[in-house]
Amino acid sequence: MAEPLLQIEGLTKRFGGVVASDQISLAVSDGELHAIIGPNGAGKTTLIAQLSGEIASNSGTIRFAGADITVLPTWRRSRLGLARSFQITSLFPDFTALDNVALAVQAHAGHSFRFWGDARRDARLRQPAMAALDRVGLGERADVFVSNLSHGEHRQLEIAMALATRPRMLLLDEPMAGMSPEQSAGMVRMLRELKQELTILLIEHDMEAVFALADRITVLVYGRAIAVGSPDAIRANPEVRDAYLGEQQVVAHG
Amino acid sequence: MIAALNARNLLISALLTFLVLLPVYANLSGNYFLLTLFTRILILALAATSLNLILGYGGMVSFGHAAYLGIGGYAIGILASEGVTSGFVQWPVALAVSALAALVIGLLCLRTRGVYFIMITLAFAQMIYYLGAGLARYGGDDGLTIQRRSQFGSWLNLSNKTVFYYVCLALLLATIYFVWRLVNSRFGMVIQGARSNERRMRSIGFPTVRYRLTCFVIAGTLCGLSGALLANHTDFVSPAMMYWTRSGDLIVMVVLGGMASSFGPLIGAVALLVLEEALSGITEYWQIILGPLLLLVVLFARRGIDGLLDAAAFPRVSPTKPLEAKVGRG
Repeated sequence: MAEPLLQIEGLTKRFGGVVASDQISLAVSDGELHAIIGPNGAGKTTLIAQLSGEIASNSGTIRFAGADITVLPTWRRSRLGLARSFQITSLFPDFTALDNVALAVQAHAGHSFRFWGDARRDARLRQPAMAALDRVGLGERADVFVSNLSHGEHRQLEIAMALATRPRMLLLDEPMAGMSPEQSAGMVRMLRELKQELTILLIEHDMEAVFALADRITVLVYGRAIAVGSPDAIRANPEVRDAYLGEQQVVAHG
Repeated sequence: MIAALNARNLLISALLTFLVLLPVYANLSGNYFLLTLFTRILILALAATSLNLILGYGGMVSFGHAAYLGIGGYAIGILASEGVTSGFVQWPVALAVSALAALVIGLLCLRTRGVYFIMITLAFAQMIYYLGAGLARYGGDDGLTIQRRSQFGSWLNLSNKTVFYYVCLALLLATIYFVWRLVNSRFGMVIQGARSNERRMRSIGFPTVRYRLTCFVIAGTLCGLSGALLANHTDFVSPAMMYWTRSGDLIVMVVLGGMASSFGPLIGAVALLVLEEALSGITEYWQIILGPLLLLVVLFARRGIDGLLDAAAFPRVSPTKPLEAKVGRG
């Protein structure tokens, strides 16, 4: 069997006395959509931040595409093809939607020690950026300042920026947070398309979406991965029901 | 820079016309007071333009930018007092030393954010101030008189007031143009992106520190040029050139004129220094009037005079609303 695209072994992060990630091991193979679920405070966002390099781990290793990336800085992981979106929208409010995505394209178009040409008229940046915006359905809002976009549009823009870095794998931190049901449905459609060509690690509270999309699911409780398996297996797992799913009405008849 | 007819472009055109024609007036009337005042304004506008690059566009609030005025100035003064008067040697040395100083200071300061960055740049500037005061061989506290201005051969005589004025004006306009190209280039996008959200910049794949450091060095070098001009203008350098209040003046010029605006620092420099000149004629305590004026600008015109004029013509959406709280540590 080929090596998984992403492989985590014994990943641990302590904040003072609190163990946010406790010996987490998991593997995501190429082309898989792997979802991570768990109650609030289970350490999902911490795990994403460890994977993207914003939080240094206390112990454990992260391997991505055959290389050990445990101690690489964030920007290098991005260059290797690991892209993340943020749970709390994190964009460039002084720029237009297109500027935002163009910046993501630029990050992967060689060095930026180019001091003269007008970056906003550089077709090598603008065209791929426009394509990424079209892809998430924001094409018509390209020239709107980010501060004037709606919350749902911010979420779409988050994805467009991650896509514009032409990643091999997406780390999505609650892409549907705060979305209306219609917007969520649109996001599910988009993720279903994206999973044809990308490996995705998805954190999401919307259980309907998770069970519809995921190939495999890991359940995280208090920083520990208590179960991993197919959606059906997870649904049937009594330990998971006790720890987590029991509270979630949606899943009981999902 | 859209050539639309609005209050802002009218003002800038009028200002530029005035600046170009001023020496004509001075030579016709024989009154050189205004020419001398505006030479100084142009030089400090150049320094403010360089500060705007890091402060306005890069979000790096340096409270020690006057250090490079002093470094550039002292490079000229020390070389002159050692008998090296050729501008072709003096000026490149002034720029190189400023760049080097900015590189060292930037390397250390750019590890910090927010108020710490302000404090550490201030600390460096004060250190260099005391270094200047300690240079007993070059006048120490009293400063150093420059006997001959930089020599550029017979075709460019800096001792001629009109020639020197036009050199300053040309260098200022070239700097404004250079900074404008710079901030709209790929490099400039990285700098502005890092001001806006550095954490996200790293997550989309930018090693932000090297770009911010480069920007810091460019700004320091340009300010060193301004220092070289200032030394030639006053025929004198002293530690007072880089006292912290001078750094404060430069920040005021940028904020007053309009941060992240091409002509903002020039407008700010003209406004501040002309006000200072006019008000100090009325009262010794002119800062009592200047203070509230600044307060009004900060409270009601966040984008400075330039932004005020721009908004007067066509209200534009303010792109300054923070989306995510700009966390100090990203």
